[in-house]
Amino acid sequence: MNPVNYLYLAGLLFTIGATGVLIRRNAIVVFMCIELMLNACNLAFVTFSRLHGNLDGQVIAFFTMVVAAAEVVVGLAIIVSLFRTRHSASVDDASLMKL
Amino acid sequence: MEKLIALLIAAPLLGAAVLLVGGRRLDRVGHWIGTLLSTASFVIGLLLFADLLGKNAEHRTLIQHLWTWIPVEGFQADVTFRLDQLSMTFVLLITGVGSLIHLYSVGYMEHDERRRRFFGYLNLFLAAMLLLVLADNYLLLYVGWEGVGLASYLLIGFWQHKPSAATAAKKAFLVNRVGDMGLSIAIMLMFTTFGSFAFGPVFGHVDGASQGKLTAIGLMLLLAACGKSAQVPLQSWLGDAMEGPTPVSALIHAATMVTAGVYLIVRSAAVFNAAPDAQLVVTVVGTVTLLFGAIVGCAKDDIKKALAGSTMSQIGYMVLAAGLGPIGYVFAIMHLVTHGFFKAGLFLGAGSVMHGMNDEVDMRKFGGLRKYMPVTFITFGLGYLAIIGFPGLSGFFSKDKIIEAAFAKGGTEGWILGGAALVGAAITAFYMTRVMLMTFFGEKRWQPDAEGHEPHPHESPAVMTIPMIVLAVGSVLGGAFFSIGDRFLKWLEPVTGHSEGHSPVSAGEVTIATMVCLVIGVGIAWAQYGRKPVPALAPRGSLLTRAARRDLLQDDFNHVVLVRGGEHLTRSLVYLDHSLVDGVVNGTAAGFGGLSGRLRRLQNGFARSYAVSMFGGAALLVAATLLMRAV
Repeated sequence: MNPVNYLYLAGLLFTIGATGVLIRRNAIVVFMCIELMLNACNLAFVTFSRLHGNLDGQVIAFFTMVVAAAEVVVGLAIIVSLFRTRHSASVDDASLMKL
Repeated sequence: MEKLIALLIAAPLLGAAVLLVGGRRLDRVGHWIGTLLSTASFVIGLLLFADLLGKNAEHRTLIQHLWTWIPVEGFQADVTFRLDQLSMTFVLLITGVGSLIHLYSVGYMEHDERRRRFFGYLNLFLAAMLLLVLADNYLLLYVGWEGVGLASYLLIGFWQHKPSAATAAKKAFLVNRVGDMGLSIAIMLMFTTFGSFAFGPVFGHVDGASQGKLTAIGLMLLLAACGKSAQVPLQSWLGDAMEGPTPVSALIHAATMVTAGVYLIVRSAAVFNAAPDAQLVVTVVGTVTLLFGAIVGCAKDDIKKALAGSTMSQIGYMVLAAGLGPIGYVFAIMHLVTHGFFKAGLFLGAGSVMHGMNDEVDMRKFGGLRKYMPVTFITFGLGYLAIIGFPGLSGFFSKDKIIEAAFAKGGTEGWILGGAALVGAAITAFYMTRVMLMTFFGEKRWQPDAEGHEPHPHESPAVMTIPMIVLAVGSVLGGAFFSIGDRFLKWLEPVTGHSEGHSPVSAGEVTIATMVCLVIGVGIAWAQYGRKPVPALAPRGSLLTRAARRDLLQDDFNHVVLVRGGEHLTRSLVYLDHSLVDGVVNGTAAGFGGLSGRLRRLQNGFARSYAVSMFGGAALLVAATLLMRAV
């Protein structure tokens, strides 16, 4: 099977994730879409690793997973505390950071 | 003997310090301390004079080095005094006439509660003037120069509770600052040209300097002299300086202050001799001023202001003589000394008249005073005869020599300068006769003042009349004493040099012409003020008279050209500053303010709009990378 197809799949997943981040208001869904974008990147890295015949892409994919895991911990904690104070998980409701 | 030179200055300086710091406990003796120390300085001067007379003419220069003031490599300023024939002459004039004025002031200022302070200032004035004439370099001379300016400011504004006196003091100080700038620029030019500002090196290296530099130095020195000596165009302070007490006027006009400019020019003879263009300007300034002052003196009804005009005119004669070069230097100083006697006498006489007339100065309210003040009348009269150049009295000898020297300049210039000096002599005779007739002759014209007090003219006390008598004797005998056997010429010649000019008119012809001018001037004055009664109110007068009453429009000229001009200049600069400089700065700031106001709207707090800009930015970066790759 042609490895380039994996790249197309990665591009498709990334686009879906990006669109989700931009158009959805629910913080949990936005968060899931970010995870989707990260994993699309991981897929692309692994594919490139395969294409070039070295391990650089796979190493970076592991790094990404670790960072993503840490990000999930912090992000979910923020979302939970936001929900507790505002009784809403909408990202548009958390819009106090402006002049 | 040279150790004594510093004491000349130290004595009056000590007096000033003691009197000004000592406070009220010295109120009862302060005036005698001041007079004593000033007289002490005169006695030291006499001792030094006797010492100089005992030496050969070539060795009559004493140098006293006190300490090095600014010890910098390549810039050496010393506190060194030079006593030669020229400074000796000035020392005797300053301390001699100055001491007499001190003595007179004891009586004149008797009822002034700030008399102690007044004597402190007088002593300061003498000390500064002595420093000026004894300095051996221009920087030290400048210290004395500024000291004279300060003391004159303090004394002219001594009655500072009168707004007119305070203004006059400020005016004198400001106008003098213009001249001071000239002197400081001249010193800087000397330093860049000769590498020094001490008299010896400067005068020794004149030959090596370029003509342009020498002319520039000469003109700057002339500007300085114009300020201190009240020459056109910096003459306007002198008339207003009459606001000070009368002894101050006598001191400023006879012994100190206005003589400083003439001293500066004669002392810098070496520079002027090498710069003929500057010399020509000096003669022009002198001639213009001698006519200017004489015309102003004719129109004033205020006795002190008439005398002030006369001072301006007489100093004009001296500056003219100093501008003539070696023909004239000696006569400039000789006229300065004789003028010191008779002008101090005239001012003290005027003060005595005012003393007896409740401080009235308007000559139209005097008249017939000779019966009431015989001593004042006789001393003033002798001073009057001396200043108009009556044969045998001191003004006759010194002024005659200056007119001769002016003719000896040669060519058309000689005729113009000599002619102007002759006309000046005629006008001098006119205005001084006018003062004399209006004050001492004719019917009495005084009236009770607003409160009904009739003035009771009376002779002044002895403490005031004695100085007047001494000065009158000096005015009578001084000229003859100096001229017989050319004593003064031989005394001063080693310092200033002297050359005989080739005059197109003989000395006898000049004397006859001067006498004719004298008779004409006195005759016109008698026809106008002696034969007819003097009106108590000034008539309207011709256009020239009215202009002369306003000091020939000097203040109007200064106001229109300098004050208004300065105002317009500063206003346009302020406008430029507001519109252009501030415009650029404020415009830039406002531009950034507006831009950031617009950019601020991007910060709307919605996480998703921030995400859009992030994606947009990332997309732009990717596009740019791809584009660069493709190129």
